Amino acid sequence: MKKQGSDGNPAPVMPALPEPLKDLKIKYTKIFINNEWHDSVSGKKISVFNPATEEKICEVEEGDKADVDKAVKAARKAFELGSAWRTMDASERGRLLNKLADLVQRDRLILATMEAIDGGKLFSTAYLMDLGACIKTLRYCAGWADKIHGRTVPMDGNFFTFTRHEPIGVCGQIIPWNFPLVMFIWKIAPALCCGNTVVVKPAEQTPLSALYMGSLIKEAGFPPGVVNIVPGFGPTAGSAISHHMDIDKVAFTGSTEVGKLIKEAAGKSNLKRVTLELGGKSPNIIFADADLDAAVEFAHIGLFYHQGQCCIAGSRIFVEEPVYDEFVRRSIERAKKYTLGDPLKPDVQQGPQIDKEQFKKILELIESGKKEGAKLECGGGPWGDKGYFIQPTVFSNVTDDMRIAKEEIFGPVQQIMKFKTIDEVIKRANNTTYGLAAAVFTKDIDKALTFAAALQAGTVWVNCYSALSAQCPFGGFKMSGNGREM
Amino acid sequence: MAALNGAVENGQPDKKVPPLPRPLRSLEVKYTKIFINNEWHESTSGKKFPTYNPSTLEKICDIEEGDKPDVDSAVEAAKAAFQRGSPWRLLDAPSRGRLLHNLADLLERDRVILATLETMDTGKPFLQAYFIDLEGCIKTLRYYAGWADKIQGRTIPVDENFVCFTRHEPMGVCGAITPWNFPLLMLVWKMAPALCCGNTLVIKPAEQTPLTSLYIGSLIKEVGFPPGVVNIVPGYGPTAGAAISTHDSIDKIAFTGSTKVGKLIKEAASKSNLKRVTLELGGKNPCIVCADADLDLAVECAHQGVFFNQGQCCTAASRVFVEEQIYPEFVKRSVEFAKKRLVGDPFDARTEQGPQIDQKQFDKILELIESGKKEGAKLECGGLAIEDRGLFIKPTVFSEVTDNMRIAKEEIFGPVQPIMKFKSIEEVIRRANSTEYGLTAAVFTKNLDRALTLASALQSGTVWINCYNALYAQAPFGGFKMSGNGREL
Repeated sequence: MKKQGSDGNPAPVMPALPEPLKDLKIKYTKIFINNEWHDSVSGKKISVFNPATEEKICEVEEGDKADVDKAVKAARKAFELGSAWRTMDASERGRLLNKLADLVQRDRLILATMEAIDGGKLFSTAYLMDLGACIKTLRYCAGWADKIHGRTVPMDGNFFTFTRHEPIGVCGQIIPWNFPLVMFIWKIAPALCCGNTVVVKPAEQTPLSALYMGSLIKEAGFPPGVVNIVPGFGPTAGSAISHHMDIDKVAFTGSTEVGKLIKEAAGKSNLKRVTLELGGKSPNIIFADADLDAAVEFAHIGLFYHQGQCCIAGSRIFVEEPVYDEFVRRSIERAKKYTLGDPLKPDVQQGPQIDKEQFKKILELIESGKKEGAKLECGGGPWGDKGYFIQPTVFSNVTDDMRIAKEEIFGPVQQIMKFKTIDEVIKRANNTTYGLAAAVFTKDIDKALTFAAALQAGTVWVNCYSALSAQCPFGGFKMSGNGREM
Repeated sequence: MAALNGAVENGQPDKKVPPLPRPLRSLEVKYTKIFINNEWHESTSGKKFPTYNPSTLEKICDIEEGDKPDVDSAVEAAKAAFQRGSPWRLLDAPSRGRLLHNLADLLERDRVILATLETMDTGKPFLQAYFIDLEGCIKTLRYYAGWADKIQGRTIPVDENFVCFTRHEPMGVCGAITPWNFPLLMLVWKMAPALCCGNTLVIKPAEQTPLTSLYIGSLIKEVGFPPGVVNIVPGYGPTAGAAISTHDSIDKIAFTGSTKVGKLIKEAASKSNLKRVTLELGGKNPCIVCADADLDLAVECAHQGVFFNQGQCCTAASRVFVEEQIYPEFVKRSVEFAKKRLVGDPFDARTEQGPQIDQKQFDKILELIESGKKEGAKLECGGLAIEDRGLFIKPTVFSEVTDNMRIAKEEIFGPVQPIMKFKSIEEVIRRANSTEYGLTAAVFTKNLDRALTLASALQSGTVWINCYNALYAQAPFGGFKMSGNGREL
């Protein structure tokens, strides 16, 4: 454990970056129910690919409705009144989450290597950022476990009244492929903290780190049935979860299109509670009085991080007219400094997109940008002869009616548009069905606070981008989602 | 005390019963100096004071005696550590939590050492120090570790075009004066919340029991709290303690001890710089046993409630009110319990009761016992010291106690159980509340309405129903009336 402040300086230190594991062995490929590993009921398997090489890594058991049913039964039993999990002290639940954090810390290198190979994520990012966030989130939620207070209430009449915050029950959780491990932790940590049991379906593209977590959950000492993990496809396993009559809540992170199907299924089945973290087309507004270097850098990272595959990607950059040309110039320069390649290598700054489907969709949207008259400043096509790599791409002179200005691209494609006045840019920024995040760059305090209120977004960043922490709630307005995580 | 050895398999505590921990024989006391800026200092005056083992009456060692100049140095250090831009002020909240968590790990590592030191210094049975005091310390540290990054202010929709938000900021330098009955636990109760919120501390442990507090200094340094965040100045109340309560650069004082001294502290705080004050003081806690109670449960809880820690608890159940119908049976069973209570060497695993803390307390308790005899209470058992055994007093039970007797009014802080009779609920509420104290109360009954009525009617910070001394880090604790100001935990 990193000892903080042994020299009197307690500032949190980033761990030194090790080398990724060579020859990572994938040990856990089966369905995890009741702390045991199961084959799929159907006998079918899913192939898991490395998006940098297009080579198969391994196969995992393919869960479908029958496996989800088994998992739900296990989760329901673990949630029975009088069960080990239900009778456990709240502080003990917290202790288990802390223990899980210790184990993730211990196996940080394994998990980071796995995320990089399975998800095409830069190893350095996976090790420092993704794993860091996982550990912090687990510890944050561990601390809440015994602090979830109800109240006593002075109601009318001679009554003694109090509220009790009780766990919802069996929670179905459907995880995306862009931050497989972080999103897994964001779902299970709060759920377990509050005493629920879970049935988790990791994305079919990236099941490996979730399955590894199954082994750590068992090692940490969570009772059987508290966490169950069923890899599988959306239309089969995912749908089984969202339609299930014995699941009390479903939490989903993914596309708005699928989010709508899930909420519909919840309504059609048993009115299970629904939280959704969906897409975004987040506006990033740069004023002439901004610190331009900072704005360029934040806007760049805000879009290109993890190959543009972030729900919060700042994919509509509105730049105030006076600094527009300079902003575009500096952004192009910044985008050109990229080495693409194997995400395990230390000198690589951009990895592949996750799969062929995404790869084709992004290239299609790039073509639409060219066709609809945006100015292609750099990039604009694929890279390399294998793997799903796309060149970092910048479009300027983008107008609001273009597809690249309206649709979520989820790729390394940056749109830069011009604006004149505050009222205009507020209107244009809000003119979308999405509302996940937004940012404004300005030194003027009144402008900053005006935008914080005026923008229809769950999170508004001022003079920064992507600032996320376990302590802060996160979620979208409008069709970017329902409810909040963290 | 689930999972005694911490092992959990598939969510079930390990079924094997671990062997009982054993105290360390011939433990060397390593830390006897004043702890400032993560360093050990001699006293400015050169004076030292002895600390004794109340079981053997032998001196354990000499401790540096802090006085005003040492308190001043400690406050300077704590102020510097609290400056804007200091490492402690810049440390992010989750990291503060990590430090508290790591401190809990070190207490767990050194649990046997600390429990041994605590028993040497206080006379409390070793197994109780290990399983109760140390358990409370570790859990409280972990509880507060979790709060550090969850202390939220609010945004508020005020009138007109304003952005308004509250921010919960640490107070600054906090003085803490801790008692001798639960030296380490009371230190952790003061330290953990204060550090969790980002304050710095100047602590004066009780002069009778400085050892475990000073040992904690070494762990604070080992864990990596920046210098000056925690400072520990052993010394006496009228000197070091007064220096803290009158200090102009201390922003808050927290004190656990007698009501008499608590009043002096609040006065000193007002006279100096209006520092904020929280006080955990004495109690004369009513324990009400109704005729429909589970009698065995009530007898045992009332017994432990008054005799635990040699009677030296602010929560001691020192006025037991028993409903008339079951009175003789209750007294009979209580006397049986008291007679069985094993008094002896606190390092012996069978001992339930050790010595009183010092001669002053010992004399006071015996004086109050004599007053009980003189004023006409019926001495059922005990009532005197154990011959030739220094500070040991026999577990004592008085029956036929009436409210005007000294043993019914004054805090005894010894192994003495006064049992009185009552007829009706209204009467017992009136009598239970007829005291300037108001720390805790307990009710034994199976009747839901009676339980809830008493829970509201009793003027006490805590009311226990069908249990006693149920204290947990998660629940706030503190007194009404002259039992204290404010809440801990």
